[in-house]
Amino acid sequence: MGVQLTKRAKPVDRRPMTWLESLYLWNIMKGMAVTIKHFFSRKVTIQYPEEKRSYSDVFRGLHILNRDEEGRERCTACGLCAVACPAEAISMEAAERKPDEEHLYREEKYAARYEINMLRCIFCGLCEEACPKDAIYLSKTHAPANYHRKGFIYKKEDLLIPNPLTEPEEYKKALGTIKREPKS
Amino acid sequence: MYILAIDWLFIIEKLILIALIVTLCMIVAMYATYGERKVAAYIQDRYGPNRAGPLGILQPLADGGKLFFKEEVVPLASSKILFVLGPMLAMVTALITSAVIPWGTALSIGKNTIPLQVADINIGVLYIFAVVSVGVYGIMIGAWASNNKFSLISGVRAASQMVSYELALGLSLIAVLMVSGTMQMSEIVSLQQQHGWNVLYQPFGFLIFFICAMAECNRTPFDLPEAENELNMGYHQEYSSMKLGFYLFAEYINMFMSGILMATLFWGGYDIPFVDETKLAAGIGQNWVAFLSFSMLMIKACFSVFLFMWIRWTIPRFRFDQLMHLGWKRLVPLALLNMLITAAVVLWLNK
Repeated sequence: MGVQLTKRAKPVDRRPMTWLESLYLWNIMKGMAVTIKHFFSRKVTIQYPEEKRSYSDVFRGLHILNRDEEGRERCTACGLCAVACPAEAISMEAAERKPDEEHLYREEKYAARYEINMLRCIFCGLCEEACPKDAIYLSKTHAPANYHRKGFIYKKEDLLIPNPLTEPEEYKKALGTIKREPKS
Repeated sequence: MYILAIDWLFIIEKLILIALIVTLCMIVAMYATYGERKVAAYIQDRYGPNRAGPLGILQPLADGGKLFFKEEVVPLASSKILFVLGPMLAMVTALITSAVIPWGTALSIGKNTIPLQVADINIGVLYIFAVVSVGVYGIMIGAWASNNKFSLISGVRAASQMVSYELALGLSLIAVLMVSGTMQMSEIVSLQQQHGWNVLYQPFGFLIFFICAMAECNRTPFDLPEAENELNMGYHQEYSSMKLGFYLFAEYINMFMSGILMATLFWGGYDIPFVDETKLAAGIGQNWVAFLSFSMLMIKACFSVFLFMWIRWTIPRFRFDQLMHLGWKRLVPLALLNMLITAAVVLWLNK
């Protein structure tokens, strides 16, 4: 005997076959008993479109740009998420808020353009951690397939959460896909 | 009235019967493919096809439609006529076995009684032997005509396997013939109705017959002619579209027919167990009994088909030398022994 690493190792049985075993029929019947047991056992298939596998609580999927309670965008285009991003998937352009846009943007500066390349993104969640404004979250959904590379570059319109004032139902639904932990 | 001394009613009756039986075989073969996939799936803890129609019941139609619309490729270097003849022969030989099978008790329409059997010939079992041995040509011709090495090897394998197992098959059947004393299929069934099923007298013969039938149908564990990992696809490598479909269909029809044969020769045919058909006919009418007996035969055959599938998804394929070893060194001597013992017992009882 050599070194034993686990206690599960079984020595190979090299005894010559008994008469019953050499007939094969008995062993085949034993095998058939095994398969018929599986025939009646519970099936493991998840019937996909009707039935979906639930996401884990810490799942990191498609990004969502958050709004505050009055439906104003929280993002101030500070660029911390872009700096934190190891895949360099995020790019943005800042703009200054005009006096009549106070109901649209929370602070004086906002992101005029905000793009995430989903082909580059590795869904690490560092942008979410870097954000000081509670603006970006990774939701429990994932990027659907697309025919073009262009389609994977998500614009601000694709990322923004629905407005809680105009579309409260959609907002609630989208909020459900975000895991919300109290940030300290 | 007779024209040219031909009983036209008789011919029409037989033609209708033939059409019905061929249709039945096709439908059964179609749903055998569905059943195969379902059984495989259930044994592997899956659901199998369940999207086309309720429970996936339309899946065979979708598969058939797909096969019809596929491109029909005939390889440049193939022998064109033989290439077409191969699947045709496979299909025809699979279907013509059904001619001598008694499918149920006779129907009575008006004053006529119509037996549910196309040809009640007195050499029924011999006819089946003949058809089964022609069955190998479909595969051989197709494999040869494809001009592909894998196909050729597969054809050679199929030929040697089928010839080897035909021997033991025949020998196990001879024992049945000795017990029943006739080769007429209807006669064999009615004898079983009177004296109990042949499987009671010939359990061993049935086992040999079953194994050989599995080998004749090229089913796992005897599916060496289409061993994917050795021969790609075997004899239907070069086939596409409905020609491939015919080969696959022929396999399932063969399976169904051997199930029917096993039921007829060993499991009492259309006999409903523990029920006297003539008494039942007085009660509920001749045609209902015919229907019930036919259903009984179908149930028996379908169980055999299920058994084939069950075995297929349980055990792996034999190696070729193991196959030959089993065929020639085990089954043939055992079948011979079975035959001799049966002969001795029959002689002793008839003394």
